[in-house]
Amino acid sequence: MAIEILMPALSPTMEEGTLAKWLVKEGDTVSSGDILAEIETDKATMEFEAVDEGVIGKILIAAGTEGVKVNTAIAVLLEDGEDASAAVASSAPAEAAAPAAAKAPAEAKGPVATSVPQSPDWAEGTKMKQMTVREALREGMSEEMRRDETVYLMGEEVGEYQGAYKISQGMLDEFGPKRVVDTPITEHGFAGIAVGSAMAGLRPIVEFMTFNFAMQAVDHIINSAAKTLYMSGGQMGAPMVFRGPNGAAARVGAQHSQDYTAWYMQIPGLKVVSPYSAADAKGLMKTAIRDNNPVIFLENEIMYGKSFDVPDVDDFTIPFGKAKIEREGTDVTIVSFSIGMTYALAAADKLAEDGISAEVINLRTIRPMDTETILASVRKTNRCVTVEEGWPQGSVGGFISGVIMQEAFDYLDAPVITLTGKDVPMPYAANLEKHALLTVDEVVDACKKVTYR
Amino acid sequence: MSAKKADAKPNVSAEELMGHYREMLLIRRFEEKAGQLYGMGLIGGFCHLYIGQEAVVVGLEAAAEEGDKRVTSYRDHGHMLACGMDPKGVMAELTGRTGGYSKGKGGSMHMFSKEKHFYGGHGIVAAQVPLGAGLAFADKYLGNGRVTFAYFGDGAANQGQVYETYNMAELWDLPVVFVIENNQYAMGMSVKRSTKSPSLWERGAAYGIPGEEVDGMDVLAVKAAGERAVAHCRSGKGPYILEVKTYRYRGHSMSDPAKYRTREEVQKMKDERDPIDQVRDMLLTGKHASEDDLKAIDKEIKAIVNDAAEFSKTSPEPDLSELWTDIYADQ
Repeated sequence: MAIEILMPALSPTMEEGTLAKWLVKEGDTVSSGDILAEIETDKATMEFEAVDEGVIGKILIAAGTEGVKVNTAIAVLLEDGEDASAAVASSAPAEAAAPAAAKAPAEAKGPVATSVPQSPDWAEGTKMKQMTVREALREGMSEEMRRDETVYLMGEEVGEYQGAYKISQGMLDEFGPKRVVDTPITEHGFAGIAVGSAMAGLRPIVEFMTFNFAMQAVDHIINSAAKTLYMSGGQMGAPMVFRGPNGAAARVGAQHSQDYTAWYMQIPGLKVVSPYSAADAKGLMKTAIRDNNPVIFLENEIMYGKSFDVPDVDDFTIPFGKAKIEREGTDVTIVSFSIGMTYALAAADKLAEDGISAEVINLRTIRPMDTETILASVRKTNRCVTVEEGWPQGSVGGFISGVIMQEAFDYLDAPVITLTGKDVPMPYAANLEKHALLTVDEVVDACKKVTYR
Repeated sequence: MSAKKADAKPNVSAEELMGHYREMLLIRRFEEKAGQLYGMGLIGGFCHLYIGQEAVVVGLEAAAEEGDKRVTSYRDHGHMLACGMDPKGVMAELTGRTGGYSKGKGGSMHMFSKEKHFYGGHGIVAAQVPLGAGLAFADKYLGNGRVTFAYFGDGAANQGQVYETYNMAELWDLPVVFVIENNQYAMGMSVKRSTKSPSLWERGAAYGIPGEEVDGMDVLAVKAAGERAVAHCRSGKGPYILEVKTYRYRGHSMSDPAKYRTREEVQKMKDERDPIDQVRDMLLTGKHASEDDLKAIDKEIKAIVNDAAEFSKTSPEPDLSELWTDIYADQ
């Protein structure tokens, strides 16, 4: 029976890729282990090997095709004696044959915002260009490195490998190994070295492959970087950026799936930012590098490949401590950040269908937090729902809820609901992971609850 | 691999010996005074005295050049005085006053001086080791020819981050001298009880870092080793390790009764190896100085220390508004 060869998922978060090149042609006999094609993900170009033996009966997706979804049939493999017509007949059940696991994370993510109301970050009519969050981070870093010789990037696989998540792709070529520094896998050590170099006048950007590994380095982040300015009576501090993907990716299990936002936001001496869009990513990155304090820059792997409009101007920065109202509304305030914004904005769309007008605030900076914008919105809508993927006890939403209670108690028409990830280590199973994270429906339900609908 | 140990006494002038004597004596008298003020309740919290270890920092500072950097642990008063920081500012920090180096906000364990290139004053055992390599990273990056002294104890020498740092420091040829001040006790844990390694400096060999053991009670030997280390670093060959064998006469901190060693052990060290007495003997037997000359120095040092103590008592406590400053740059 003919076997369909499906577009493979080549990373935990891959949803689609480019079929860069076929290395076989129709009629070729292949055996297990033969390289069939080169597939380009947003992270890397990977070789794709045959699992089964047979003859390539038909190539269904031409070389050079972009945006091929994972699990799409890309070719048909014939067993001995079969002819190509078998291929066509068997292509229908492809969807059913696809493993459910590969699809689950995609469903859990929710859509990306499409509505862009007027923004305080750029003037109306500003020329825009589309780019991914990944490109925006890279552009932000590169622009600052061109501007200031003391800025350098350090971390695991940032150089020759071109970045574990391709954020620093091409930067080694442009800036050289002195300024794009590959480290051994020693987070504690290189974080300390970076802090020392910042105390002596450099401006390091430390990439953690993910923030999970920053726990190895947390003593230097907090005791060495955040506290030195105070302990030295203002004589010296650590102007630097600690950055990398934070929070759950997809199906990577408990030790690689954790949102650290609430941890870092507690520390005086640190600034904490977490971008949602590509514009946030670029504007906040440039501000972070210029800031004279240690900045925790929390990215999200799932957002790296998402595209947004970014102002096409010379020196685009976003100030710290200013939230952005991504969508205006009158009935309920939804406060979120980073990937949480995808749930918040999707929920706002659904709520609109039911006649509920949600105002969606993208925090962007977690510390210092723009509580004024939150309070002003709550005084208007009288209701608030916070949305984050982190755990409930000691959450960002818990802090916001406390601020609202103290500063706008009389304006509230319902208790604040703080939506978070579930209070469990991240499970691996696709269905369990989906439920451990947030869903758009949970946000919708919470908003209906506070609006008594 | 390993460099030769110091065998011959270097030539030394009377002036230089007097300098070492004066500086070591300043540290000793300062620390004795700090102990006294602690007993009077004027200094709070943790206070780790450097008495007995004076030759280490004085010898190494003699090998340093202007602009070289230093970073150390919480037992830091001696390092600050040796690199030329003002005793008044150090003592006033111990008493938590506004005239202290950190305006009273750092305390005994956390002082810094940009002017004297002193980068702290760190309270987490061994954290200063990667920080020191980072200072050297910056110097190499900026190409300024400077060298960093990263001081740590025999206790810190068992921390993992030391070895992460050794690896990267050698990999990147960082100009840093790792100074292991082996005073033989990590709080109450003797070196023999904490490791079966015969020597601490030899661990650098695993990473390709040369080094040597030094008699830390002999200021001239320390200086000579320091010069070898600095020359190695400054020539671009990367880091160097000095394991300086020294001894702390007092407890780990003021509240340590030091029951883990005998009185006889401490007394023997004081009687036979004291770094200040050794220089004093050299000065007298070499007829570089008379008893009266030395008495005059003692008097001068005493006056400096008394002034520092007086300043530390009269300097006002920080204004309450200081609670909220220096949390963020440009705040």
